[in-house]
Amino acid sequence: MTRSKFSGEKYTIMISSRLPALAAIVLAATAIFTPVAARADTLQDANALFKQGQLGPALEKAEMVLVAKPKDAQARFLKGLILTEMNRQNDAIIIFTKLTEDYPELPEPYNNLAVLYAQQRQFEKAKNALEMAIRTHPSYATAHENLGDIYARMASQAYDKALQLDSSNASAQTKLAMIRDLMGASSSRPTLVAARSNPASGKIPAPVAAAAPALAATPPVETKPAVEKPVVAKPAPVTTTVEPKPAAASAKQDVEKAVQDWAAAWSKKDVKAYLAYYAKDFQTPGKEARAEWEAERGRRINKPGAIQVTVEKLQVTVDGDRATAHFRQNYRSASLKTGSNKTLVLGRHEGKWLIQQERVGN
Amino acid sequence: MRGRYGFTRFCLALLIGAGSTATLAATPAPSTPVRPAERTYSDSGPEAQLARIYQEIEQNRLDTALTQVEALLKTYPNFRLGHLIRGDLLLARGRPITVFGAALNAPPEKLADLREEAVARLQGYRDKAPANSLPRYLLQLQPEQKYAVVVDTEKARLYLYENHNGQPRFVADYYISHGKAGGDKLREGDKKTPIGVYHVTASLPRNKLGDFYGSGAFPISYPNEWDKRQGRKGHGIWLHGTPSDTFSRPPRASDGCVVLSNQDLDALAKMLQIGTTPVIISNNIEWLSLDDWQAERGALQQSIGDWRADWESLDTEKYLRHYSKRFFSSNQNLEQWAAQKRQVNSGKQWIKVATNNISMFRNPGADEMVVVAFEQDYRSSNLSNVMKKRQYWIKEDGAWKIIYEGGA
Repeated sequence: MTRSKFSGEKYTIMISSRLPALAAIVLAATAIFTPVAARADTLQDANALFKQGQLGPALEKAEMVLVAKPKDAQARFLKGLILTEMNRQNDAIIIFTKLTEDYPELPEPYNNLAVLYAQQRQFEKAKNALEMAIRTHPSYATAHENLGDIYARMASQAYDKALQLDSSNASAQTKLAMIRDLMGASSSRPTLVAARSNPASGKIPAPVAAAAPALAATPPVETKPAVEKPVVAKPAPVTTTVEPKPAAASAKQDVEKAVQDWAAAWSKKDVKAYLAYYAKDFQTPGKEARAEWEAERGRRINKPGAIQVTVEKLQVTVDGDRATAHFRQNYRSASLKTGSNKTLVLGRHEGKWLIQQERVGN
Repeated sequence: MRGRYGFTRFCLALLIGAGSTATLAATPAPSTPVRPAERTYSDSGPEAQLARIYQEIEQNRLDTALTQVEALLKTYPNFRLGHLIRGDLLLARGRPITVFGAALNAPPEKLADLREEAVARLQGYRDKAPANSLPRYLLQLQPEQKYAVVVDTEKARLYLYENHNGQPRFVADYYISHGKAGGDKLREGDKKTPIGVYHVTASLPRNKLGDFYGSGAFPISYPNEWDKRQGRKGHGIWLHGTPSDTFSRPPRASDGCVVLSNQDLDALAKMLQIGTTPVIISNNIEWLSLDDWQAERGALQQSIGDWRADWESLDTEKYLRHYSKRFFSSNQNLEQWAAQKRQVNSGKQWIKVATNNISMFRNPGADEMVVVAFEQDYRSSNLSNVMKKRQYWIKEDGAWKIIYEGGA
């Protein structure tokens, strides 16, 4: 299954601004895994009920879908959300765990699993789940934000142990209690924020700004400021091949160079050069307007801290003026290191290979 | 709780503690060349791992550092410094941090304690005891003394030496905590650790102690004869362990006791002989090259030999020249001592004195003083006895003189 088949709208349920957001994929009207209209209707009904906070009926409807289609990812995901809202965390964990096993390429089940683990203060498990989400989709912003939150909470736990603070337990309990309250509230009047988040493909991981812990305060232990590694790939002036060369081998080389240069521009945080690798007809991942997408890209790339993107195992196939590049994308920022498979679909336009589609996976 | 032994005033009130390591760089370089291969070092503690972690941090390999910190905490779950570093490394993933211990609302004094512990442990690890040199204090171990303990309060380090045919040989060193107010104990409740030559006087087993003392406690012989003479007060100075929820305490943490981690105390406990093992506590160990050490012990041995021979000679005035003007015994000054010796010696035809199993420990600090102990086998024309004796020798006008003498 590729990411593009699963481009339903996503909703983020804002449980609490202080808590990891529970990213939810709720079905799109014209979906997705199965063309059976009845199923879609029932699932839609389930979703509508869920949004209205009618958890019991929503669960019933979801179960109905699952009787007919026990493997249906959308229905299972929705069931997991409903169970979460019903405070049946352990049941929800089972649902999302199973989803991660059946669809390891989907980041959302991992993310939601992490939120559930975090609620249970199983931060190590939460961290692992989020790291899996990010491994499958390095650009998955919600997972990154959640991971940052998990790290902060783990840090807080560590500090409590280091400094013998008792504050943590009290505050943790308060937080947990808060969740229940909000969930109660949301079941009567759901606060679904229709935050249309970008599908993972093509998004740049939000680099989690990090610095070396300033242990320099300890005299003998000098901590150097984070030294950014030089960008591996060469700077990327947009290559202007005047005349497309007829030889496929040559075209292949041009595509390879374009991909490398694209990664280099990204690494250099040269937003202008980076964006210049995208064709006018580039399919923005969230179907948002090009300008909006560009602004978002620029904002992310310009976040503090160095970025290093390298391309490995690049395989290019050229078919006339279209080319597909599969490769392993290694992304590294001051704090984050991920690798993922990536596919770029490029088109040749006036001798230049430009990206028309970008997605995670092969 | 009050155990059978009561609780000591000097060791109770602390929450956490650790030692302070000072750099050996400040000590005089040994005159013999350093051969690092001969160094031994107990890498049983967390220092080696800690040093590696800091190295990773210095090189900005924070992920590796975190992995290693987590491994460290598996071994030492109650190692607070480790938790602090872990907290920093985790927090650094989310946001830049600029201080050691970036926890919100961190009590500054606790952070300062952990920082001191980090410094002490790392320095203890990086600046090991100089090779081919010995703590000046261990001039002579007597055969029964299998081991000797030397504490350096500034470095927050305890060094264990074994008796290898009378010559001390390094075995291990450990991080320790000492008094909140440092060394040089003067009075009860001053939260200071005494500086001087002591020995282990008892072993208090774990089940007789509160959890605070950890895996055991070994009282030492503070105040000794010299301390009492100097008017130093207080009691209940122990070597002891840490509470069960605490791996180690900051360098300056105790009310005067020397505190080791429980695992270190357990290791040390196997070597301690009650009533026998010397514990010498210094602010900052002086190291002597083997040559200097030999010269120093040789000079003193000579003086002790002369004293013994002059006593045997029945030339009382010659014998009395070995005594300081400030001499004291448990109940006499020099004048009284001299009068008694003159009287006793006048009734003797002959005296034979043997000094067996001599130990000589130099007193740390400004006073040039050595604590000498031996078994005195005294025979004379009209009286014989065998006793354990202790003498304090001081350097007076360039010569070693006895300032205290008494039974041990």
